[in-house]
Amino acid sequence: MAETTTTPPLARDELLPPKTGERRHLISIGDLSKEDVERLLTLATAFASTLERDVKKLPILRGRTVVNMFYESSTRTSSSFELAAKRLSADVMSIKASGSSVDKGESLKDTALTIGCYDPDVIILRHPEIGAPELVARFTDAHIVNAGDGKHQHPTQALLDLYTIQEELERIEGLHIAIVGDVLHSRVARSDIQAFLLMGAKVTLVGPPPLIPRGIEAMGCEVSYDIDAIKDADVVYILRMQRERMLEGANYVPSLREYTARWGVTADRVRPGQKIMHPGPMNRGVEIDGDVADAADALIERQVRSGLAVRMAVLYDLLTAGPVGVKVAEIAEVAP
Amino acid sequence: MATPTRTATTLLDADALGRTLQRIAHEIVERNEDLSKVALVGIHTRGVPLAQRLRRLIQEFADVEVALGTLDITFYRDDLVARGGDAPLHPQPVVKATTLDFSLEGLTCILVDDVLYTGRTIRAAIEALFDYGRPERVQLACLVDRGHRELPIRPDYVGKNLPSARDERVQVQLVEVDEVDAVLLIPGNER
Repeated sequence: MAETTTTPPLARDELLPPKTGERRHLISIGDLSKEDVERLLTLATAFASTLERDVKKLPILRGRTVVNMFYESSTRTSSSFELAAKRLSADVMSIKASGSSVDKGESLKDTALTIGCYDPDVIILRHPEIGAPELVARFTDAHIVNAGDGKHQHPTQALLDLYTIQEELERIEGLHIAIVGDVLHSRVARSDIQAFLLMGAKVTLVGPPPLIPRGIEAMGCEVSYDIDAIKDADVVYILRMQRERMLEGANYVPSLREYTARWGVTADRVRPGQKIMHPGPMNRGVEIDGDVADAADALIERQVRSGLAVRMAVLYDLLTAGPVGVKVAEIAEVAP
Repeated sequence: MATPTRTATTLLDADALGRTLQRIAHEIVERNEDLSKVALVGIHTRGVPLAQRLRRLIQEFADVEVALGTLDITFYRDDLVARGGDAPLHPQPVVKATTLDFSLEGLTCILVDDVLYTGRTIRAAIEALFDYGRPERVQLACLVDRGHRELPIRPDYVGKNLPSARDERVQVQLVEVDEVDAVLLIPGNER
């Protein structure tokens, strides 16, 4: 009691810390509740406002260590995580697979054990294999953030997409979002479908049948093989054709030209006011027409900007709080 | 913490709180010749309505509308981050907006807070303030100074000095936040 009262009284609307002592990770959107997402988006708004100042650095993660481990190429995700950690005053170390011991044949487990010796607080991991984040979580004491594991999940991308939509359209609930293209190979799509549905949006997947996983309707979304299905959507979310993930020799589409002709998003297939999103990197002229990408309704650069604030929120949140509820005010009786 | 049966003592009622703020406002007017170079900066949560009231009072007494800002110090606290799987030292607070839509250059910034205690909030507030600009001078106004400082910080304007025990709690309630104006002393365990 004497210990706890040395702290100032809590404001009425402060939130409770997690009840469990468990180390928290962000591996899948499925780990998050609607409240968690709302908290992260609110935090991201607060961080976004600090990014407009002259002095953009905040001291809150001073002395913490954040390790970026990227086993796949990345521009936006690795750079925005690195900048996010730096803006919060954490020490950042970036390890890329090429040029590291991975080239010499070191396994992920041994790399994790090695990095673990530096006592990192957060490890941000991108890896071509599904389940890599769980493996690293087993062998280190750090909080793990999944920055993309194979075709599985890319939760911070989904969070920054939610944030971008909310900033632009001031809501997510009730919106109709069409996700167009190579859903089969897309971790972004898997995270986005979960996230959009969690926040109450309607999701329609559009693309050639071989690139839409069979039975994906079970997640709660609709499926259409006709590009006209994007007409009713408030947001058209275009996925990249992931040629590097397609199996050698497999014919998902007859040719990229055929794909573009039937499912490419061109100016005449969207109407003004429909918001255009793309996780990047874009293949202009393949899944998205250059005119669409550069139109005023395109939010593609906004997505990148959102990524910074959202990743600051994720790092801050992992190190400060867990699933939370609202604390009920505790007010003593007043003597007459 | 406090059980509902424990009774709190009222240190300041609504009238006394109003008079205290009037006195602080007079002191601010007396000690700052050029009020056009003064900005009141309320620290969330209860410093914000206090700063608003002080601004109204200063306008009443001196007919000058001083600049008004708000400051959220969450990202500057030194006690938020827990290592490994430990529970945080404190709940994660709701982050409120910092609005300082004037240049701090050349201004006397008066930080306004409800209770001055360890001084750690004020340390964080000063650090936050300097990330927005370089004020010429920073002063501190607080409604209650309850002692137990852990840092070399002293207020320039004090509503009420209240030597307190560490296990006691001082709670400021304001109409804007709590629907009532009062300063309460909530006793600790020993009594």
